Amino acid sequence: MLELQHISYETDDNKEILHDISLTISERFVAVTGPNGGGKSTLAKVIAGIYKPTSGRILLDGQDITDMSITDRANAGISYAFQQPVRFKGLKVKDLLSLAAGKQASVTEACGYLSEVGLCARDYIDRELNDSLSGGELKRIEIAMVLARGTKLSVFDEPEAGIDLWSFQNLIRVFEKMYEQTRGSILIISHQERILNIADKIVVIKDGHIDKIGPRADILPALLGSADAAQPACDFLADKVEGVRA
Amino acid sequence: MLDAIEKNLLKEVAELDSLPVGAYNIRANGQLESRNTTANIDIVTKTDKPGIDIYIKPGTKNESVHIPVILSKAGLKDLVYNDFHIGEGADVTIIAGCGIHGCGGGESQHDGIHTFYLGKNAKLRYVEKHYGEGDTATKRVMNPTTIVHLEEGAQMEMETTQIAGIDDTIRKTSGTVAAGASLVVKEKIMTTGEQNAVTDFVVDLNGDGSSANIVSRSVARDHSRQEFISRINGNCECAGHSECDAIIMDDACVLASPQLTANSVDASLIHEAAIGKIAGEQLIKLMTLGLTEQQAEEQIVQGFLE
Repeated sequence: MLELQHISYETDDNKEILHDISLTISERFVAVTGPNGGGKSTLAKVIAGIYKPTSGRILLDGQDITDMSITDRANAGISYAFQQPVRFKGLKVKDLLSLAAGKQASVTEACGYLSEVGLCARDYIDRELNDSLSGGELKRIEIAMVLARGTKLSVFDEPEAGIDLWSFQNLIRVFEKMYEQTRGSILIISHQERILNIADKIVVIKDGHIDKIGPRADILPALLGSADAAQPACDFLADKVEGVRA
Repeated sequence: MLDAIEKNLLKEVAELDSLPVGAYNIRANGQLESRNTTANIDIVTKTDKPGIDIYIKPGTKNESVHIPVILSKAGLKDLVYNDFHIGEGADVTIIAGCGIHGCGGGESQHDGIHTFYLGKNAKLRYVEKHYGEGDTATKRVMNPTTIVHLEEGAQMEMETTQIAGIDDTIRKTSGTVAAGASLVVKEKIMTTGEQNAVTDFVVDLNGDGSSANIVSRSVARDHSRQEFISRINGNCECAGHSECDAIIMDDACVLASPQLTANSVDASLIHEAAIGKIAGEQLIKLMTLGLTEQQAEEQIVQGFLE
């Protein structure tokens, strides 16, 4: 269980991005949504240890990890899939999967992770994570790395972005399977109604505050009925149109 | 007989644990250590200067030649001229390399001048590794010169690597490329401590449809200094590309100076040069996989140079 206690975060030039965020993450799927620029990605980075909160504490299974480095948090069981995956000249897909798995991943294992995210392993394991890969391919490899880690908390920052050619249903299946294997919590930052639809808990972050928090049944209808719902509603409709076309 | 130090050098530069299969010429401390020739590949000692001539018969396919040089005695200065005559239509691999073990002060130096003559439609993969080991009191110097002449339709791919232990190097490569021929060079260099490396390429694209691709990846650490110079002269309808990509760390210095000269309106020439430190987000990504910052740095450098 991850517990955020009164987390605030200010940038070096004293701009407050997060203000007094308190929440617990113990459910299977927790979705974090809200308007762009509201602080969602910052929250993910605070959890992963990339940003250090200005105040507040973070507990993982009761252990205070506020002062832990990125590395120590990763080893304590936190995984983080970037919104914008990083490119590496020279490092190959199988290298990254091996580093993620914490051991030399066999071809069969690497293939397993890649096929989970809809990539044909044979075509990818020896590819460099460089500019030759598309944004969508990198995004799926980013998800595969989190799969390879199999930790008790996995954080995904807008995992659906750029994977339009791969169906949403598959992405959701990946999350479900990940849960089956890790029995850990999966925190997903998303605007997508279909992802919000599988969440056990929804957190709406707006202007650095928690605007709403609660079980999906309580939050989603209100969300779809407000201005904040414009984006999820549009995405939802776009999916429907896509579905009809398909 | 080679001793343990010499055997290790041989392993580092030529990946040899034992005598190679096929043709080879092993030079140790300025002397011929052992040699083997085959029906298609002859190796002859030069009579006018130190070095060897390697003759590969036209049409020779899938054969290899190993010509490692090792220096394990301090204070030795070795200079060799090796000429490679590769017959028409041959398709072979040549593995060269030089390892210096220097101990006890002074300076050990090996200057190898390799000249390649590739006949029409010949194909060559040439691999060379430069490696040094030993104490810091001994200066290890290597100045490899590679001269390449490609006849029509010939293809040469050169992989040259210097990862550790060479204090001072000036690496010169020049080539003339005839119609339809292509030269590809992949260079990898890492310098540490107070090392200095200069690498200098000059390629003349002389025949229509000729091409050259020079790609250098390097890492400069500590107080080391690197200089990359490339000059591609397009004298006809041809394609030339050079790329220097360097990671700079600590207090190192990297200078990249790519030059292009088009002497024909049909010459298509491109150069790219990039020097920068390891991107912070790359380190962070690997740290989120559980690596320490130092481990992440090592992984990135290792991958970059692989």
